[in-house]
Amino acid sequence: MRLLDFLRGENKKSASVAKERLQIIVAHQRGQRGQPDYMPMLERELLEVIRRYVEVDDDAINMSLDRDADCSVLELNVTLPNQEG
Amino acid sequence: MAKIIVVTSGKGGVGKTTSAAAIATGLAQRGKKTIVIDFDVGLRNLDLIMGCERRVVYDLINVIQGEAGLNQAMIRDKRIDNLYVLPASQTRDKDALTLEGVERVLDTLKESFDFIICDSPAGIERGAQLAMYFADEAVVVTNPEVSSVRDSDRILGLLSSKTRRAEQGGEPLKEHLLITRYSPNRVTSGDMLNLEDIREILSIPLLGLIPESEAVLRASNQGVPVTHDHDSDAGQAYGDTVDRLLGEDRALRFHEEQKRGFLSRMFGGGRR
Repeated sequence: MRLLDFLRGENKKSASVAKERLQIIVAHQRGQRGQPDYMPMLERELLEVIRRYVEVDDDAINMSLDRDADCSVLELNVTLPNQEG
Repeated sequence: MAKIIVVTSGKGGVGKTTSAAAIATGLAQRGKKTIVIDFDVGLRNLDLIMGCERRVVYDLINVIQGEAGLNQAMIRDKRIDNLYVLPASQTRDKDALTLEGVERVLDTLKESFDFIICDSPAGIERGAQLAMYFADEAVVVTNPEVSSVRDSDRILGLLSSKTRRAEQGGEPLKEHLLITRYSPNRVTSGDMLNLEDIREILSIPLLGLIPESEAVLRASNQGVPVTHDHDSDAGQAYGDTVDRLLGEDRALRFHEEQKRGFLSRMFGGGRR
C-alpha cells in the first residue's frame, strides 16, 4: 500500500494529522490551566453582552488572566467586524 | 520513609491497573517492600489483575471507616514476600473515601513500606484526585492515540495544581510518562503517533514504553502481573520501567519495527 500511496502522492499520514490536532488542543488546554473555574462562563456572558450591540463571531473574543504578586489583570480582546459607511 | 507513586491517566482502559500491578510487582521483585492500593471504589479490578480476588475480606473503605484494621485488609501476595495489595470496596459509595481517611492510611503505611503505589480510577473526579493528592511521583499512562494524549495533558494540569505538593509548594511532584500499547509497525506505516511526538506534546520525561503485546491479556487472564513473564516483551519492558524508576539507566527497547523482507516493505502488509 505504501508504494501505491507514494505514487498517488497521498503522503499525509494519519499520525501526523493526529499530532497537529493534538498540538492545537493541548496548547488551548494549557492556556486554561490555573484559571479560575468561572472563566469560560464569564467569557460566554461577555460575548452575549457584546452581541446586544455588535454582531461578532464566537471566536472574536479572546480572554486571559495574568496574575502577579499584588494584582491580577483580566485582558479582553474583541475583534469587531468592519463598520460599513 | 516510603515513596508514594500514583498511576494515573484520565482516560480509562489505557492500562493503569495493569501498569500499577506490573510496577508494584517489579519493585517487590527488586527487594522493595511495596503495597499497591486500588482507589477505584465501586469498580475494583486490581485484585483480579493481582490474582487475589478470592482473598478479599476487608477493603480500603473498611479501614478508613474504622471497621477493620489495616493488617486485616492488606492482602499478602502469594508469589513475592514483600508485596501487598489493598483492595477497593465494590459496594460502597465513592464518597466514603475522604481526604483525611486516605491521609491516615498512607501515613501509617509510610512507616513500614518502601513504595506505595496508588492505582487511580479513570476520570478527573474525586477518586482520581484523592489517588494523586499525596503522591511524590506520578506515572501518567498514555496510549498513542489522540483522546488518551489529550486526557493525559488534563491530568498533568491537575497534578500541577490539585496535589499536596502543588498546594504546599516546595519540591514539585515528579512526573513520568509511560506509553503503553505501542505498535512500532504501525508507527512506521504512519498510522500511529510515535513516542517522540507524544513526549513532545506532553513534555514530560519518558519512564517506559510498553509494546502492544499478547502477554498482557494472558497475564490478566491468569491473574499474574505481566512482570512475572520474563520471556515476554511487555514483561521485560515493565522490568526496564521499574529499573528506571529506581534511578537506573536502561536503554529503550521494543520501540523499533521488527525487520521485514524487501518485498513486504515495498508492497505493504504492514498489518499483521
